[in-house]
Amino acid sequence: MTLTKPGQAAGASVRTRLADVAGRLFGGGSPTVFALLVVVFVVIFVMNPSFAEPPSMMAFLKKAAPLVILAVGQYFVIVCGELDLSVGSLVGAQVVIAAALIDGEESRTVPVLFVMLAFGILVGLVNGLITTLLKVHSLITTLGMMLVLYGAIRLWTGGAPTGALSEAFRQPGRGGIDMPVVRQLPWSLVILFAVVVAAVVLMRGSYGRTLIATGDNEKTAMFSGARVWQVRTSAFVLSSVMASLAGVLIGGFAGVTAQVGQGLEFTAITAVVLGGVVLGGGRGTVVAAMAGALTIEALFTLFNQMALPSTIRPAVQGVIIIAAVAYAARERARPGPHTQTPPAPPEQNPDRDPAVT
Amino acid sequence: MAARRRLGTTELVYIALLGVVVVGGILVALQGRNLFSTANTVDMLGRSSLLGMVALGQTLVILCRSLDLSVGYVVALSTLVAATTMDGDPARVPLGIAVTLLVAGAIGLANGLIISVLKVNPFITTLGMGLIIKGYLDTQFKGPAGAVPEGFRQFGYSRIGFVPLSAAVMLAMAVAGILYLRKSRTGFHMYAVGGSADVARMSGIRTGRVMVTAHVICAMTAGVAGLLLAARFGTGNALVYDDGYELDSIAAVVLGGTFLMGGRGGVAGTLGGVLILAELDTVFNILGVDAFFKDVLRGVIIIAAVAIYARRRLDVRASRRRFDGDGGAGGGSPPDPPPNRDGPVSTEQGGAR
Repeated sequence: MTLTKPGQAAGASVRTRLADVAGRLFGGGSPTVFALLVVVFVVIFVMNPSFAEPPSMMAFLKKAAPLVILAVGQYFVIVCGELDLSVGSLVGAQVVIAAALIDGEESRTVPVLFVMLAFGILVGLVNGLITTLLKVHSLITTLGMMLVLYGAIRLWTGGAPTGALSEAFRQPGRGGIDMPVVRQLPWSLVILFAVVVAAVVLMRGSYGRTLIATGDNEKTAMFSGARVWQVRTSAFVLSSVMASLAGVLIGGFAGVTAQVGQGLEFTAITAVVLGGVVLGGGRGTVVAAMAGALTIEALFTLFNQMALPSTIRPAVQGVIIIAAVAYAARERARPGPHTQTPPAPPEQNPDRDPAVT
Repeated sequence: MAARRRLGTTELVYIALLGVVVVGGILVALQGRNLFSTANTVDMLGRSSLLGMVALGQTLVILCRSLDLSVGYVVALSTLVAATTMDGDPARVPLGIAVTLLVAGAIGLANGLIISVLKVNPFITTLGMGLIIKGYLDTQFKGPAGAVPEGFRQFGYSRIGFVPLSAAVMLAMAVAGILYLRKSRTGFHMYAVGGSADVARMSGIRTGRVMVTAHVICAMTAGVAGLLLAARFGTGNALVYDDGYELDSIAAVVLGGTFLMGGRGGVAGTLGGVLILAELDTVFNILGVDAFFKDVLRGVIIIAAVAIYARRRLDVRASRRRFDGDGGAGGGSPPDPPPNRDGPVSTEQGGAR
């Protein structure tokens, strides 16, 4: 227990302890997003008690899985101090590529999945290498990549997507294992679970620490022996691979259209930032980023429950994002157990490390 | 003193523009047509005026190390505010202009205050603000609304010689922007805030006010762009926000050599960047290049340009004083200190500060 100094604020210790426990439980992220998530869910449950039943929860998670996966990918990039605007058009590109290459034939499903993986890795590598080696700001790199992907895919297909997805390809996005209680355990939930576990394990290992250190202070990380450009490039590759995976799920769930993936990059970034991950890097946990994505999906569900006209939803979403981030910024500015060192937070801040006990 | 002055980024932008014009002119001439005909020049300048206005304001914001992702929505809102306020009545034109600029300025004020007082990241603030405006527009307006009187529509169509009126207004705004950044105190402070907000604050600059000013000006230039669009369409239209002015304007600013992390660059460079994009568009149009291929080329060109600037900056950085950073736009021609004056003291200096 190095988190709170012994004599500090004995009176308010209960609240501090509670926040502390919550922080540990959820990986030390900002508690704001978890509070918001709980509030949104409580409101949904109150308005519609049947939502709490396992089948509808499963349906919710199935719909939320792609965004959560995208948020995980975006988290890697944001926490090391960069930004990836190309994920939305990459999702669209992957779905269109899959439809055009598979063209309705079951036997091509697996090879095409490998092609998609390779394409995702390639896009990530290009993004990463341009950003790290050519020193182009990642906002510009990925904005350019977004334009290139958008144009190239439409150029290739002549404007409208062609071909069709195979039944096997659509299974991960819409199928599942039949079970009692939950009626159906969606494949996307299984995939999501695997991604969550992998991401948490990755972020607790040395790679994750190097990633956060790079985002916190590039120079210090470099002097401590981290290969900054390799770490950053790998983060871009991870983001693109996650986007490809999300593309498989979205393609299976929603089918092929020309608009698929549009605007997803901003939703994913919003989710990550809502989770208390600081743009600019070095702060925030992957679990909180995923909670941010879940919160956004829960908000969409809530809007449905409230029968809010679809046109006003962006406005409500905008207000909530700004308010949540402003609240989180206020929390950070206040001296407390999470920010014990007001002047220039050190790079290897042990307080932030949830693995140390 | 005999040392040759290094080419600044802004000069590079204009050399690139010249290159685009020459290569484009040759390509068009090979097809037996003339890029420099009046019709094509008018087309190019007309294209540049809208993006130019938005990019001008964006330049100030980016100089302060901020960002405005709401400009596209402000443009759309402005077309509607202008058209519905004027409502086809010539007498209400001044009122329409005033109300539009006021509304746009108020949005900029809100952006600036949320960023500087509530300490919300600019990316999130302006993204959220864009969503809020989008929600309002979608709810309130189901289609085109309002009408612009014939007199005001001249703003969109009439021209002086081969210069469209809109382009003349844009150029005047650009000159005002250059003078503002060079001569006014607030303009100077913008470089300081973008260079390092902490250092600026400790030097006695009210960084919050500078940030708010930049955002208000940015939103107001977007408002002018909205007025222009309303004059061109003759009515207000919410769907303008689909055109993606926010990302286009950022691309133009960066193409013009302004550093995305603030503190370096200027309006003159942005103007060059806008003209390059407009000239490319015109050439592609004349040559009949596929619209999707244009997107690919645009993406590649933007990345390549910024990569070139970044390369140059790597070796310039050590020998350039921060407050000279007006993009070296000709003008004052600040003498560069002799390179490597302190021998081994180089890039690390920046980090240790």
